[in-house]
Amino acid sequence: MQRIGVFVCHCGSNIAASVDVKKVADVVRMEPGVVYSEDYQYMCSEAGQEKVIHAIKEYGLTGVVICSCSPRMHEATFRKAVEKAGLNPYMVEVANIREHCSWIHKDVEEATKKAVILARAAIAKVNLNTPLQPGESRVTKRALVIGGGIAGIQTALDIADAGYEVDIVEKTPSIGGRMSQLDKTFPTLDCAACILTPKMVEASAHEKINIYTYSEVEKVSGFVGDFTVDIRKKARYVDENKCTGCGVCQEKCPSKKTPSEFNRGLNTRSAIYTPFAQAIPNVPVIDTQSCIKFKTGKCGACSKVCQAGAIDYTQKDTIITEKYGAIVVATGFDMIKLDNYDEYAYNQSKDVVTSLELERIMNAAGPTKGHLERLSDGKAPKEMVFIQCVGSRCDDHRGKSYCSKICCMYTAKHAMLIRDKYPDVNVTVFYIDVRTPGKNFDEFYRRAVEQYGVNYIKGQVGKVIPQPNGKLLVQGSDLLDNKQILKEADMVVLAAAIEPDPSVRKIATMLTASIDTNNFLTEAHAKLRPVESPTAGIFLSGVCQGPKDIPETVSQAGAAAVKAIGLLAKDKLMTNPCTAKPDELLCNGCSSCANVCPYGAITYEEKEVNDHGIREVRRLAQVNSALCQGCGACTVTCPSGAMDLQGFSNRQIIAEVDAICR
Amino acid sequence: MSDAKKQAELIREISGVNPLKCMKCGKCSATCPAFDEMDIKPHQFVSYILNEDIEALANSKSLWKCLSCFACVERCPRDVKPGKLIDGVRQLVVRQKGQDYLSPNEIPELLDPELPQQLLVSAFRRYRR
Amino acid sequence: MSIENKEEFRPKIVAFCCNWCSYAGADLAGSSRLGYPADVKIIRVPCSCRVNPMFILRAFEKGADGVIMCGCHPGDCHYSTGNYYARRRMTLLFSMLDYIGVENGRTRVEWVSAAEGVKFSTTMNEFAEKIHALGKNVRLGDLRCRK
Repeated sequence: MQRIGVFVCHCGSNIAASVDVKKVADVVRMEPGVVYSEDYQYMCSEAGQEKVIHAIKEYGLTGVVICSCSPRMHEATFRKAVEKAGLNPYMVEVANIREHCSWIHKDVEEATKKAVILARAAIAKVNLNTPLQPGESRVTKRALVIGGGIAGIQTALDIADAGYEVDIVEKTPSIGGRMSQLDKTFPTLDCAACILTPKMVEASAHEKINIYTYSEVEKVSGFVGDFTVDIRKKARYVDENKCTGCGVCQEKCPSKKTPSEFNRGLNTRSAIYTPFAQAIPNVPVIDTQSCIKFKTGKCGACSKVCQAGAIDYTQKDTIITEKYGAIVVATGFDMIKLDNYDEYAYNQSKDVVTSLELERIMNAAGPTKGHLERLSDGKAPKEMVFIQCVGSRCDDHRGKSYCSKICCMYTAKHAMLIRDKYPDVNVTVFYIDVRTPGKNFDEFYRRAVEQYGVNYIKGQVGKVIPQPNGKLLVQGSDLLDNKQILKEADMVVLAAAIEPDPSVRKIATMLTASIDTNNFLTEAHAKLRPVESPTAGIFLSGVCQGPKDIPETVSQAGAAAVKAIGLLAKDKLMTNPCTAKPDELLCNGCSSCANVCPYGAITYEEKEVNDHGIREVRRLAQVNSALCQGCGACTVTCPSGAMDLQGFSNRQIIAEVDAICR
Repeated sequence: MSDAKKQAELIREISGVNPLKCMKCGKCSATCPAFDEMDIKPHQFVSYILNEDIEALANSKSLWKCLSCFACVERCPRDVKPGKLIDGVRQLVVRQKGQDYLSPNEIPELLDPELPQQLLVSAFRRYRR
Repeated sequence: MSIENKEEFRPKIVAFCCNWCSYAGADLAGSSRLGYPADVKIIRVPCSCRVNPMFILRAFEKGADGVIMCGCHPGDCHYSTGNYYARRRMTLLFSMLDYIGVENGRTRVEWVSAAEGVKFSTTMNEFAEKIHALGKNVRLGDLRCRK
């Protein structure tokens, strides 16, 4: 029988307000095995931990139960504390009487009763706990960054500067991401390319950074410190080592009618293409869907003009297998599809554009060479209307329930830039709320109103009606004047909601990183661990975690890098000792467990056993504790009940069940 | 519970709408084809119900000007559906039994050369006890 | 029937929650103060595939009135495939429970992610209400276990 100490935390008033902590401490003292119990204000504080350490020494405790917040919060804290007192850290159990009790039950009597039951379950479990020793696993000193936008580039640079090898995997032909599509950036109006391209060059020139563009992560296995990743390098049909980036192939390519992805389909590109002039690497790819050579077999113009002889139509996809210690996800975002928003006439008129399309229109390298013009007839607009929150803050099936965060600021930026460059253009912004939390952000928005005379109207637009004369009739409301406004506009710009890039879904599944209903990756703790996934060794950078602007993305990228560096700097990691353990006398060598193990941690060997005096050689399951992650699939599969999970053994869980149903 | 509160509850129940979800964007009023005819605008309906000012709604012109085209229901980004709220208020008014909804004295005011006579007769039959 | 009439019958409900998704979802329900009946008691397991059907039978034997198991959404399991095994095992177990007379409504499997505090709370509310409506579990209770 263990000698158990129970410590009940008040958590200030968080627990004490609805749970009678003194009563809990008194009642559980009667439980079998409990030799000591007390309550204290903050068990996780230095003084609280001291109390545990003191009690272990004073009363010779062999097991400890802490009734406090979720074990996901402070289990590690208390394990360290008992270790200081010389107790095995796995002799601690936490009864969650905050998240699962005090915070959700208002009635003191009811909550106290439940807290006692939860404590009893933990006591029953601790009675059966055994000391466990964590193993060690090695750390591969190499990081993988998925996504080559500003988030991925910054993370890779920071990790590489610390001296570790980094690979970037980017699915498009060039790194740069969304930021490379932008014209100017708020709130300083820097040109996006001017601040991004030096970083792209730095990343590609960095001796520790290896960039796989036009590549995708195909398979991930392993665990923190030791991931094995298959990367599919898609066939470019252009030899990267031979290509000089002269661009003649793109000029001579006869197939030029494919909508340009980089320019959001506003103009076309050739079948052999680099997405934009500053692309890194400056090596084109052949799009086999539109290439005449691939479709009909007759053409080969690019091959004929290429002096370097870099064109290779026989290239195949290659799979690169590499080991990594840490993986950073930086998959970024895309704009939502506006097909369901008929009222804004996006699919009916070319002059209704999204904000990202406007970025391309205003960019000197864009489809209109930077001239603000209507895409339908090339005329300069005189009246422009911006509509905010298109698909953001929508609670219906069409949009996203969250605020996309960046739209208020980039709309102010667009309005300001247009008024600055074309003072004769009237700019009207329909807004619901203008949200500008950020350094110099509100000042920026005020400048748009006060200095540049942008007309901000509080109210949403109900519909946009294309007129026979080519104009767009905008019907919106002005809530402050309580009026319905009809406005003729030449161009309408929709601040469409942003959503995580659709590719993140597949990647999250491969990484077993959790994802929320909006496809944003979940962080390990919303406030305290915002750049880590709950899955160890996976870090989050940029919009894949939640909407954010460039400054925030860059700071988060740095934070993710630091967390990855912290992991890579370790030579060895402690592994979870809660692994499966077979009972040799019960095992019949049937292989059922090996079949369900997702990690291949179970092998078989012929071994001599002494079964109640009978010595014989049997085929027995062996668990490699470095590979076992402790899911427990094998324990339930085992037909003879030979396999058990340390830390969550059958007897322990049954003891908990019994305590709850008592 | 006060009368107005009860009525507000009832409207919520009839319409199945939670007016607290409204984020005050005004898209309903922006999209409403009968906006100019209304004294209380569609977006105001929501706050009137939140403020439990049902009497004002029941006596408003808007109540009967709404075309029930449900453009606001279709386009509301927050699923608040002002059109359904208006329908709810209408139900509330119509359900009150034993009232005259049309008195002969009102007829001259309502007369309109384009209005068919038949309509007045049937309205009289339906809305008068 | 409402759960408010606590005097007559307080069901015992055991919830098995996987550490990575559902337990975190329950934590989120707690920190968001989304209430559910105190009858629900949660047992933490590393993965839904750790839940041995034996545990569920044991719970019923010891007088539980309902058992719910929560795991990560299919495809999102921290251990890749654990919840698929769990789903298969539970489907089989539940059909057999039905056969021996334990109503289908007394058992339930629900996928709750770490971000779904609301879902956790509504699921538990619904389940508790269901168990309340079904009343006391008399079929599998072992009288020797009753005090």
